[in-house]
Amino acid sequence: MKILVCISHVPDTTSKINFTDSDTKFDINGVQFVINPYDEFCLTRAMWFKEKQGASVTVVNVGESSTEPTLRKALAIGADNAIRVNTDAKDGMQVAKELASIVKEGGYDLVLAGKESADYNGQMVPGMLATLTDFNFVNGCVGLEIDGTNVTAVREIDGGNETLSSNLPIVVGGQKGIVEEKDLRIPNMRGIMMARKKPLNVVEAQSTVVATSTESFEKPAPKGAVKLVDADNIDELINLLHTEAKVI
Amino acid sequence: MSVLVFADSTEGKFKKTAFEVVSYGKKVAEQLSTNLVVLTINANELSELYTYGAEKVVTVTNDSLDTFNAKKYASIVNQVVDAESSDIIIIDSSIDGLYLAPIVAVGLDAGYASNVVALPTSTNPFTVKRKAFSNKAFSNTVISTDKKVIGLAKNSFGIHENEVSGVTEVFNATIADSGVSSEKVERVTGKVTIADADTVVSAGRGLKGPENWGMIEELADVLGAATACSKPVSDLGWRPHGEHVGQTGKPVASNLYIAIGISGAIQHLAGINASKVKVVINTDAEAPFFKAADYGVVGDAFEVVPTLIEKLKAFKQA
Ligand SMILES: Cc1cc2nc3c(=O)[nH]c(=O)nc-3n(C[C@H](O)[C@H](O)[C@H](O)COP(=O)(O)OP(=O)(O)OC[C@H]3O[C@@H](n4cnc5c(N)ncnc54)[C@H](O)[C@@H]3O)c2cc1C
Ligand SMILES: Nc1ncnc2c1ncn2[C@@H]1O[C@H](COP(=O)(O)O)[C@@H](O)[C@H]1O
Repeated sequence: MKILVCISHVPDTTSKINFTDSDTKFDINGVQFVINPYDEFCLTRAMWFKEKQGASVTVVNVGESSTEPTLRKALAIGADNAIRVNTDAKDGMQVAKELASIVKEGGYDLVLAGKESADYNGQMVPGMLATLTDFNFVNGCVGLEIDGTNVTAVREIDGGNETLSSNLPIVVGGQKGIVEEKDLRIPNMRGIMMARKKPLNVVEAQSTVVATSTESFEKPAPKGAVKLVDADNIDELINLLHTEAKVI
Repeated sequence: MSVLVFADSTEGKFKKTAFEVVSYGKKVAEQLSTNLVVLTINANELSELYTYGAEKVVTVTNDSLDTFNAKKYASIVNQVVDAESSDIIIIDSSIDGLYLAPIVAVGLDAGYASNVVALPTSTNPFTVKRKAFSNKAFSNTVISTDKKVIGLAKNSFGIHENEVSGVTEVFNATIADSGVSSEKVERVTGKVTIADADTVVSAGRGLKGPENWGMIEELADVLGAATACSKPVSDLGWRPHGEHVGQTGKPVASNLYIAIGISGAIQHLAGINASKVKVVINTDAEAPFFKAADYGVVGDAFEVVPTLIEKLKAFKQA
């Protein structure tokens, strides 16, 4: 089985979010970038398939050279090789189109992507990629088993779970549950050494059409200070929630 | 042209987000001086939608559509887009809406803006405001394609009544092959889900142990709220995983979020700060959550919560 894991390179959640160039660009100054948390879950599941069922694992990112340390980290975790599509994509559709060319050329059976990336929070790439490649598609996946070409996937629904059956080739949008958090892999020294020698191929972008673009960013209006209510005066809290906040 | 809204339902019943997207779609149609068409699939009580401005409801019913199937549903949306010459397609941000929208967008060669929080700020160029960076910022996004798909963030626009005398038409859709079939659906019934709740009562490690959740459930009961928890609480097995909210758990966009014994770590806040009003109960006045809260009580949950329950009961009765 050939597995492709889509890796998005995102600011760590604890990063301060600021903008430059009259609020048109994300300010990367002092920002620590990481593998998108959902993609880490997917990569760990891919490693499981590799070890238990025999599979090759490729990781891919659509981004500029600054994303390479993130891909190297994925290689250190255990992916066999990496691809970077060299472009600063403007939206999820552009990313999906680039990924679709990689998927078509590479003959992958299973494509794992995160449910959502923690930067622009598009929640769009996996579904777009599946549709562009005409692969089957399961989103919000919290459990995945593959037997030959048969796929059994569990997805989260409002208030519960749904079990789905499908076939390879498939795109799966994964989240916590596809593996448990305690099983997440972190790179060890040997992995980091080996990652340096693993292939990281850079390919040029194909598509240039832009469907959506960010004109500007803005930050939420600063929040007013919290109104503290004395623990002995819970009536006041109820009153505020009723008459001022109008939520009860 | 027209504005098409997909009004999502579960087991025939509209989700609350369905009324929100219809309310929103009505306003977008007014902005563009065009008409609104609302699509429903296997839903009942269609006239409920008239209350929120649905002049025209298009309904598809078919046994094979009883459980949501993204590809089949997307194909139906796209057939109706053709029939109604829709240029703007509006879909909610429920789990199913988020599954559906990207498929619809690719099928129509449309630009897709997800997590939109307000009416378009301009219709030419077509500009919408979207959440970005885990709710820490907004992106003003221009959609430049002819057809446009908008994913409306939950509880961002609200539900607004706008009674019209609507009409309903049956649409004969072709059902697509999907390649994915549903084997089993397991849903907790009779409990308010975090996704659907107006109020969420959430508790953290400050509660000390699973045996202390009785008062949390009682408080939720009194408020008709869903219960939630911080990540360590579900990791420790004190509460089911489905209750874990935050960056790596479920997102919460309720009207009222009550956080009890939760410190307010940034990863927790990332998932809940789309909630409108936040109340924090914590013994530590320095807990970071107070900075993100609207109302706070510095106090011991084991004293404050029982009092709150008692007073709320009295309030509800009055
Ligand atoms: C990559 C990553 C992702 C993460 N994702 C999430 C996520 O999605 N969701 C999430 O919640 N966390 C997440 N975390 C964990 C997060 O950083 C915090 O560790 C976690 O939120 C803390 O949970 P807590 O507030 O319940 O516990 P604590 O931090 O231990 O806080 C307990 C609080 O209870 C108060 N308290 C104690 N006794 C009482 C009492 N009697 N009455 C009232 N208050 C009391 C204390 O003052 C304290 O503020 C993530 C962390 C990482 C690194
Ligand atoms: N630039 C990118 N390169 C590779 N994969 C990506 C990229 N952007 C998004 N993805 C994948 O798509 C998932 C969902 O991202 P998004 O649609 O941006 O929320 C991520 O978790 C990644 O797996």
